[in-house]
Amino acid sequence: MCTQTLVLDIRNLKSHFFTAKGEVPAVDGVSIQVPAGKIIGLVGESGCGKSMTAMSIMGLLRYPGKIVDGTITLDGRDITHLRPKELAKIRGNEISMIFQEPMTSLNPVYPVGRQVQEAILLHQKIPKEEAKKRVLEIFRAVGIPEPEKRYHSYPHQLSGGLRQRVMIGMAMVCRPKVMVADEPTTALDVTIEAQILRLMKQLCDEQGTSIILITHNLGVVAEICDYVYVMYAGKVMEQAETFSLFEQACHPYTQGLLQSIPKLDEKVEWLHTIKGVVPNLLHLPKGCSFCTRCSQAGRRCFEEQPGLYETIQGHGVRCFQYESGVRLDGE
Amino acid sequence: MNDKIEKNISSQIGEEDTWLDKGKTLVRQNKIAAFSALVILLILLAAIFAPLVAPYDHLEQSLADRLKDPSAAHWLGTDELGRDVLSRIIFGARISLTIGLVPTLISMAIGTVLGLCAGFYGGKTDFIIMRLADVMLAFPSLLLAMVVMYTMGGGLVNIFIALSLVNWAGTARIVRSQTLSLKEKEFVEAARSMGVGKWTIMFRHILPNCLPSLIVLFTLNIPAAILSEASLSFLGIGAQPPSPSWGLMAVRGKKYLFSEPWLSIAPSAAIMVVVLAFNFLGDGLRDILDPYLKEQ
Repeated sequence: MCTQTLVLDIRNLKSHFFTAKGEVPAVDGVSIQVPAGKIIGLVGESGCGKSMTAMSIMGLLRYPGKIVDGTITLDGRDITHLRPKELAKIRGNEISMIFQEPMTSLNPVYPVGRQVQEAILLHQKIPKEEAKKRVLEIFRAVGIPEPEKRYHSYPHQLSGGLRQRVMIGMAMVCRPKVMVADEPTTALDVTIEAQILRLMKQLCDEQGTSIILITHNLGVVAEICDYVYVMYAGKVMEQAETFSLFEQACHPYTQGLLQSIPKLDEKVEWLHTIKGVVPNLLHLPKGCSFCTRCSQAGRRCFEEQPGLYETIQGHGVRCFQYESGVRLDGE
Repeated sequence: MNDKIEKNISSQIGEEDTWLDKGKTLVRQNKIAAFSALVILLILLAAIFAPLVAPYDHLEQSLADRLKDPSAAHWLGTDELGRDVLSRIIFGARISLTIGLVPTLISMAIGTVLGLCAGFYGGKTDFIIMRLADVMLAFPSLLLAMVVMYTMGGGLVNIFIALSLVNWAGTARIVRSQTLSLKEKEFVEAARSMGVGKWTIMFRHILPNCLPSLIVLFTLNIPAAILSEASLSFLGIGAQPPSPSWGLMAVRGKKYLFSEPWLSIAPSAAIMVVVLAFNFLGDGLRDILDPYLKEQ
């Protein structure tokens, strides 16, 4: 990992919510390295801190959420505590985001072409006609049929798939270094999902943009990601190259996730599940946050927090079973 | 029917509706609104070209012709100074429409900006602005306008100021509540993620989404302002004679209500027609301008 140039380097990021009931550690010491031109998957069930991580990266966290510790380095520049004005220059230009709901992510009162054009004009001083040409180009690139006509369409006149293509176009139009995609295909049907994923991979290859893909769908990860981080209760539980993760999942949680995927060639009465629910972030167990649901948990798991240990090159696991490996998360 | 299908197809392939198209939709869908628009247009033209349209000068007195019944020479009769009532109503439209438009625009501009700030920034800004609005709304607005008029004296310019100061609070409340819900929408978040600044988000992304309500509010505020002016003039602290203000004409005709009722009825009817026309137009406009309603 470390041999490649990192575009985005997140170290020990902690984002907490400050609520009346106490401090909620929604993101608790997450480190993610994003090499240039790669697709990084961020997997986990609902409420594990995936979206919070994304919002922290974009600087979109708002009260009562706040980054309390850690650094986010974009292309060698620390962007963790930038002033709003400087952050606005980076957003959309060097780092952009695609949201989960293409239905509501576009402003209903403007034609979509104009919205994408606005994204260009915000960051680049070029004439309007030039910007319009660029919009039509990117519309063509993301596979929108009849771009000249669609340029004048309002969001409600487009289908979900087309809208998500517009969003991807808008996110890509300034050729950002990193694109954060927060469950970009969750709201779309499966055939469209495949098209959109292929499109994202293609754009990533062509423009050298890195993508952080947030999803709870392991199938999506297997399809396009180069490297995967599995998150649980605000922590990274396992990180590995996609191939390595699917070949040999080490953490009991990841194993449970993989077993939960229904298989066509097996006949079972019940689908496999991980017993229990995600713990309340306000009352996390003292030890490993997964201990209450883990089938392999020992006494020590309830008492101490495990570190992130390396099993083989580039494969880290947060579990005492792998304590013999090199510890990756400092301390 | 064919027309409708064609329309649907064109909206599916995503052609933009021009203002002409929107006008056509209005005429087809809502005949009353279209008719109201025509009435307002006619009144507007009559007001602008009043000296050409009116049969007499509105200030020209003729004591020999005083209190004449409606006739071919004077369609709506004459008042106690022998002035032609129709001409005075036509010239009075200038006053009513200016009173309807100018203070409404000013007060709504104030209300919109304050409401946007209150909703967007929240916290202390919100608290101060909205408590101020509460104070304004808790006060009967006509009474407040009367206080302003008493301290500053009568006259049209002072009516402008009084009505502008009094009426912003309602707009501020509506814009604030819309801003509160709109700023949580994903497209605002998306705009922020593209690096759009706060003010641009407020005025370019949130404000246009408030427009349908603002247009409806505008068309409701215009008649309210016209009525306020009429009331103030009726009470003697608005427009002063010999101004042809409709409210003033109605009160001057009160004395002759039993013998020459047209002196009060004609200006009152004029007020009613304008007020109703704006209300109907407002409803019709909302139906075609709202992108959410259009979808259905």
